[in-house]
Parts: sequence; C-alpha cells; structure tokens
Amino acid sequence: MFLKELSERHGVSGDETKVRNFVREKLLEMGIKHFTDSMGNLFALKEGQRKNEDPGLMITAHMDEVGLMVSSVEKSGHLRFYKVGGIDERSLISKPVRIGKEGIPGVIGSKAIHLQKKGEREKALTVDELYIDIGAKNKEEAEKVVKPGDFVSFDTKAEIWGNVFKGKALDNRAGCAALLELLSRKHDCGFTAVFTVQEEIGMRGAKVAAYRVNPRIALVIETTAAADVAEVKEHDTATVLGKGPAFTLKDDSVITHPRLLERLIEVAEEEKRPYQFRRFLGNFTDAGAISQARGGTMTGVISTPCRYLHSSASLINLDDLRNLVEITGGFIRSVAGKGLV
Amino acid sequence: MNLHSFLQEISQKDGVSGYEDALGSFLAGAFSPLVDEVKKDNLGNCFFYKRGRGEDPPRVMLCAHMDEIGLMVTMMDEKGFLKFTSLGGFDPRTLPGQEVTLYGREPVYGLIGFKPAHLQKEKEKGKAVKMEDLFIDTGLPKEELREKVPVGTVAAIRRNFLSLQGECRAGKALDDRAGVAVLWQCATELARLRHRAEVFMVASVQEEVGTRGAVVSTFGIAPDLGIAIDVCHGSFPGAAEHEVSPLGKGPVITYGPNIHPRIAEKLHETAREYQLPVQKDFSPGPTGTDARAIQVSLEGVPAGLLSIPLRYMHTSVELLDLEDIRSAGRLLAYFIADLSRSFVEGLSCF
Amino acid sequence: MLERGWFNKMTELLKLVEDLTGLSGPSGSEEKIRSFIRKEAEAYGDELFVDALGNLIVVKRNPDGKKILLAAHMDEIGLMVTFIEENGFLRFSPVGGVNNEILSGTKVIFDNGTAGIIGREKLKEKETAGINRFYIDIGAKSKDEALERVKIGETATFYPSFHHMGPRVTAKSLDNRAGCALLLQVLKNLPASLPNEVYFVFTAQEEVGLRGARTVSYRLNPDYALAVDVTRTGDTPEPEFKMDLALGKGPAIKIKDSSVICHPTVVQRMIRAAERINVPFQLEVLERGGTDAGSIHLSREGVPSGALSIPCRYIHTPGEMVDLNDIEGGFSLLVELLKDKW
Repeated sequence: MFLKELSERHGVSGDETKVRNFVREKLLEMGIKHFTDSMGNLFALKEGQRKNEDPGLMITAHMDEVGLMVSSVEKSGHLRFYKVGGIDERSLISKPVRIGKEGIPGVIGSKAIHLQKKGEREKALTVDELYIDIGAKNKEEAEKVVKPGDFVSFDTKAEIWGNVFKGKALDNRAGCAALLELLSRKHDCGFTAVFTVQEEIGMRGAKVAAYRVNPRIALVIETTAAADVAEVKEHDTATVLGKGPAFTLKDDSVITHPRLLERLIEVAEEEKRPYQFRRFLGNFTDAGAISQARGGTMTGVISTPCRYLHSSASLINLDDLRNLVEITGGFIRSVAGKGLV
Repeated sequence: MNLHSFLQEISQKDGVSGYEDALGSFLAGAFSPLVDEVKKDNLGNCFFYKRGRGEDPPRVMLCAHMDEIGLMVTMMDEKGFLKFTSLGGFDPRTLPGQEVTLYGREPVYGLIGFKPAHLQKEKEKGKAVKMEDLFIDTGLPKEELREKVPVGTVAAIRRNFLSLQGECRAGKALDDRAGVAVLWQCATELARLRHRAEVFMVASVQEEVGTRGAVVSTFGIAPDLGIAIDVCHGSFPGAAEHEVSPLGKGPVITYGPNIHPRIAEKLHETAREYQLPVQKDFSPGPTGTDARAIQVSLEGVPAGLLSIPLRYMHTSVELLDLEDIRSAGRLLAYFIADLSRSFVEGLSCF
Repeated sequence: MLERGWFNKMTELLKLVEDLTGLSGPSGSEEKIRSFIRKEAEAYGDELFVDALGNLIVVKRNPDGKKILLAAHMDEIGLMVTFIEENGFLRFSPVGGVNNEILSGTKVIFDNGTAGIIGREKLKEKETAGINRFYIDIGAKSKDEALERVKIGETATFYPSFHHMGPRVTAKSLDNRAGCALLLQVLKNLPASLPNEVYFVFTAQEEVGLRGARTVSYRLNPDYALAVDVTRTGDTPEPEFKMDLALGKGPAIKIKDSSVICHPTVVQRMIRAAERINVPFQLEVLERGGTDAGSIHLSREGVPSGALSIPCRYIHTPGEMVDLNDIEGGFSLLVELLKDKW
C-alpha cells in the first residue's frame, strides 16, 4: 500500500492538490475512470465483475489533513498562523514544517524556558503565542518566499517500526491507502469511490459528493483515535492498537444504520478477522454529511485505530489496516451477493 | 568539510550528558588533523592541543560543551510505555510528539506520547503538560521492549538538521554544538596564523547537568585564562530586548562579575581591529555556562564568555545564523594570535 | 528469604545495624559513630587515620594496584537548637534534609540522653508548616531548667527505634548506617590479598552537602570510587517518584541521581560482577537525591565513580526500612568487585 508516499505528501484542508495528483496517477495506472468536481473531490468509478446489478454503493476516504495557514508576516520575518481543522496544539512546538506550494522549510519555536517566569511556564502554549520561523532576517526577506494564506503542514518522515507505522496525517492517509488498495482489486460489484476534500473543517467535500452520487449504501473509511496509552483506564481507551479495525456505533454526526453494522460484524466473523467497536462516541466524520444528503443514506464507518491523532506524528498498527482492507472487501462481496435491505 | 556540513554532522550525532563517549571519539578524529595532540580525561572531556612558541608561552583554554540535554528511562508501565526523567532542563511543553532514539541493548526508535485531547479534564486544558504525564511509545510489545530497553536507558532527541533561509540553520543540540563548531572554525583559522600561546581546546562534558566537565577539565589544564563558548538567547517576538540578541549581527561578548573585564575588552578590541561584527550582553551573576566553573577553579582562572545567539533554546529546533559562528571562530583565532605573556600577567593586577 | 541458615548469616549483620542505628551522629558531630566503627575496623586495615573534617579512613595497602575509594557516610540528619523559650521549649533548625511533614509528635534524643517530643503550632488555613512552627519539648518548665540539660548549638537526632520482622528491619538512620554496616562487613571479610589499593572511608557531613567526601577525595586522589549508600524505592502506594526499584529485589547499581551520572565503565563492571556471582540486582535512576559520589567524581581531574545502593523506604523519617537480603547481596557484590584488578 502507498502509505509512506501518501503520509509524506502535504494536503491540508483546502489544498489537497498534491495528494489528489498522487491518487489520480494511481487511478490512471489502474485504468479506472475518474473525474473531479468544483471542490476538488476525486471520484473513481470502479466496475465490478458482474456488470448487471448496481447496489448503489459508495466508499469514501478523505484526503485532507489538519494543518495551519499563515495569517501574517511580522516585521521580524516570523509568521503568525491559524489552525486549519482540529490540530492538537500541544504538539506544535519544536516541530519542523513545510509552507506553501514550494514547501519552504520552517520551524515552530517557543520562548526558551530560561526566559519564562513561573506563571508562564505553567500555562499551555496557544497558537497566539507561537510563531513559524523560516530564518528570514525581516518581513521583506520572508515575503520573497511565503505569504499570508499559504498552507502549512508538519514535515515528518514516515517510518515502519516493526508492526507499527509512524507518520503524519495518518488521519486519513491510512484510509486513502486502504481505498486505493481496494480499487486495485477485482470485486463482484462496482462501486463509486470518492476521495473527499475538506473533511477536517466540516465534512464539506462529502456533502456535495453525496449529493452528486446519491448512493443507497455508503461506507466511510476513516482513522480514529486510540487512547490505549499510559494511565488511561480501559473503558476510556476509545480504540486499541492491534485489535483490528474499529466499527463506529455512533458519533456526533451519525448513528450507524443497524443493518449495516450487523453486516460488517457478520463479514468480520465469517472471515475470522479481528475487529472492535469505537467506544468513544464523539466527533464528526464524512458519514454525517453523507447520511443526510438528499433523502438520506444508510451509512457506516470503519476506521484504523491511531495514537496521537492530529499531531506531528501518529502511530497505527499495520495489521489493523490490512484487516480493514479485507473486511471492507468482504463487505463489498456481501453487498454484491445479497444487497443490504 | 565546510562549516555547514561539520555542524550538520555533529548536530545529528547523539551525546547526552554523561554519555558523550562516541561523540568525543568522533570529534577527536575531526580535530586531529588541525591540532598537535588529542586526549581524553577521566570524565570524557576531550582536549585538542596546539603547541605554542617561544619561552613561557601564555596558556589559553577554549571550552565548548559537547553534551546535549536528553532523557532517561525510569521504568516501563504495565501497558509497555516508558516513563522517563530528564538529563538537563526541558520545558515539558516542547516534548509531546517529539521523536527519540533509545540507546538500549540495541537502538530503538520511539515517540513521546500524551493523553488524547478528548480525555483531558476541563481543568487540565490550558495547563502546561507535566513531564510525569508523558511517556515514550515505541509501538513494541511489552516483552520485546523489556528485553531491549532496561531501566536507565538513555533517550536522545531525534531531529534532522534543517537549512532555512540564507545562512539560518535549525536542529537539535545546537546548544552547544554551535560552540564546538566555533572551536573547529577557530582551529582552521589558527592553522594559517602564527601564535605564541599554547592552546587547549576542550569539548567538555556534562555542562547541562551543572558544568561538571569544566570543573575537572580546568583543574587538569590549569590555564592562564579560559574562554567558554556557548549559546545565548536569540531575538524573537515577545522577548524583552535586554534578554536577547539578534541573529546575524555577530557573536556576543558577555560582561559581568563572572567575566574578567580585560578579557572582554580585549575580545572587543580584536573585533574592532579585524572588523568582525560583535555584540555585548551582561550577566549580573555567575553565568549559566562553563565560565561559571572556570573562574573559580584552582587559584582562580580569568574567564571570558563568547556566545552564539540562538532561538528556541532547549527545543529540538534551535535556530542560529552560520555567519555568527564564522565570525566567532575568526575572532578567537586573532585573539589567540595576539596573546602575550604580559597581557596574561596583567590579569592579576587589580 | 527464610532459607535455612539465613538467621545465622544475618545475625551478625543485624547486630551491627542495631548497634549503629542506636547511636547518635548528626552531620558535624559523628564522634560516637566514628569511635564505634574505629573499634570494629582497627584490626582489619594496614593503616587507619582521621582527617580534619572527621572522615575515618581505613587503608588496605597495595602500591602496585589502582586506588579505589569506597565511601559510606556516617552522619545522619538532625535538628540543631537555635533558641530556648522562656517556658522551656526549644526552637531548632534542620541539619541536612529534614521533611517537616514527619516532625509532629516525633521523639528525639540529645547527646547526653535527654529526650524530647516535637510539637507544632496551630497552622493558618492552607499554610504549609515552616520549620519555625515547630519546637522540641524536653519536659522542662523553664528556660533555666532546659539549660541544665541542653545548650544552644546542640543537635538532636531521631530517637532510636530498631525493630525487625524477619529480614526487614526498621530503624532511624538506616541512611546510612546500613551502608556503614555493609562496608564494615566487607572490610572484615576480605581475601588475604587484594589486587587494588582500597580505601574504606566512613565519611562525615554527607547530609549537608557531600562535604567529607569532597575533601577526602582531594587528599587521597583515587583512580576510582564507589559510594555505598541507601536509595529510595518505588514499591509503596503512590510513591513520591515512580521508580522500578523495590525492597528485597537485591542491591541497586546506580545509573544516576541528581549529584552524579555514574561512569558507564564502572556501572558495567558492577553489572558484570553481579552477573558472574548470580546476585539479583536492580538498576537505579533516582530523580531527586544525591550521594558522596557526587562530590568525589568532580575531584581534581575527575574520578570515574559509581554507587552501590541499598533500597530503603521512608528515607529521612524515624522509621526507615531495609531488607537485610539486599545488604547481603550488596556485600557479595562488593567483595566480588574488589577481587577484580581494576
């Protein structure tokens, strides 16, 4: 799967070009018909082996990642910035970043601890107190290479540590990698795959994509928070690495259609693949926008558990991702065979 | 080998306080073509010695610390995450998401993890994260981890050296690899100058845990004067002017009780004579550098302090201007070349 | 722990610990401890002398070998009388690291045997007690009566309270009489000849800043040094510091504390020795706390140093606790180390 390439590419919500181009390249290689819309969503029309039935299946994965946007350039040449999406502010300090189309390198620094008073040291640092430093001597020099409006993302190398994958933007490049993998295989029925944009800032790409496709059944491939870290009690862990992909029961945007959830469980059990439930019931995904488009759609979400979501470096278990692909493949087969209603 | 590539190499090498051996050996190799003798002492301080000329040559010591702040594993919890303490001072807020290299029975990569945002209690939000709430996540199963990473394993910060605009560079451990690079620059300049003084360049150890290396290295050399080369705070938005120095305007000469006034003055005069940019700063008490230990060693060793302005000190993205290192190296080389026995004797006259 | 014969092995050690913890020796006034150790050690060294700070040095000569300095501090924390109230209560200041939280109701003793109880004034809301809110009550009715029994400048120590439950011993000043006992046992049980020159130093004034060790190492100028002291454990409910160190799991080989980063070659030597003789050991990373190795390793041109630690709960309280098995293990390890030619 192309997880390393997808993770390292920069594609903050509203600026998904580099990721879209990579996916499009792969679709061309696979000979799959595809097109884009006015927001940048990328649609791929996968044909099935049995041409007759069309269960109206749509599978999506969002391409965008959380990031930053340059808001202004100071006299000193430092850059101030906005957050784009729910980036975890705690992980901003002391990280290298890339800015704009040219990927100008910069760092997010903070006031040295030696210069801080006790009261200052005890507060969490917020975006207002942080700056991006590209090493420019002054505003004029900085404006030769960057400008307000430029998108900024973390500059993190992707790496494999045993069975674990480390990289930035695993939410949701892991999902994109899974969807690309599914598109490369043969399936009994066809489906519409959509690589959506702007999920992190309000599931906006998915809304228009669902309106256009008008599916009967929709499955969203996502990446979700695993809180199985030190000192978190078991019931608070949301999801756990290494126990398989997570099925959403409910989140703040959707309640999974019971029949869809049943079918996912059935498929997983039949294929003897591990799975878990997402025990945290908050936050939003594209499923919210999709399930409420036009007359409504049965929608479900299958996710890869991920530690340190929305920060400079996240971790997923590669077996979880592989099992996600297999279960989704099984789901497609099952829908082709006996529909869902 | 030019300054950029030398600094890149030593910034990316690991040498946490107390564990500088491998780095010291590398530096010994890098400096030996430039000096007459290379030695290491009991604590690992590395000495690069250049012979002087004539009778009773002035004996000068230049000292830059090679150690960097790092972490040490204190225990593994039941889930297989590693708790840690620090060697040197860290602002815990700079740690979430930081990648590290664990030097266990074999090297293991890890990342400093933290509680997910949605589990933070209301009163926790807005408060700085504490070191005791952080842990290192290697992704490895407990049993494998226990084998590979015992209690006491040192974890070094992992960060590639970055080239930013112009001569700006950023990376980890520039405090005080920048100082070591100044020594290197100085040694290359000295190679083409004639100097009476005998020169001891010291890459000292354990400065970050209390200027410990400098205590024993100064005792061992017993120089006539010693100049520490370290970093000082570089300017950035929100800092008070008197606390910081702009980048790219030359190294900073410190004045104050820790510093022998005549050494600071002579550095200034040398800069003027050879048209090198320099700045001034003031420290009202003992400085937080090796100069603190040097001044009160033996019967007293007159001390000086030359610093490279550095932003974001003690983070993994410390940032500086290479030109400042070049100027500092040149300045010290000319200073040494001009040193005489009479200058040294004058240091005791008050 | 209850292996056959442990009782006999342990008895000598137990007696030594009981005797040593029964004596009073606050920093700067270690005379009683020094005399006791001197009497015990006299027959075993080639030379014995006391220096200006009160350090007791016992030498095992070997001019052909490297010089190894073993240091165990004799002193304990104490409370020095600074003022006597008109009504006979004594005000005091700490000597060494005294934890105010454990003072109320604690029994103390002065050099001449006078005993007292520490009382505390009523605190304001949310006030943490400073040392000036405490006083010692020796039962005197007036300042004059008090002066018959104690003087300003005298230092009280915790009242001896030795007790043992199987191999677990509780007493005051196990920090560092346990270390002194261990070092004495080693001195008394050495093979006939050693490959190194070894200095058994019972140091003074460690608790007030590692002072005795500083001067004695300048004087002796050793090639290597090992401190023998106690260290904290992480095996009690919600401990002060989370540590992977426990009573009964063997002596600890120190990796670092706030005063010293132990020299890696010394640490490796200690680990190899322990593995050779199959003594279970622990690795110690102490976040806050120091020992004599802290001042020794920075002496002159530096001395590669390490430390052997005895796990101890409730350090600096009247009821510290160690496990004799850990001291036994430490003893075996130290003897093995000295058989090595350094």
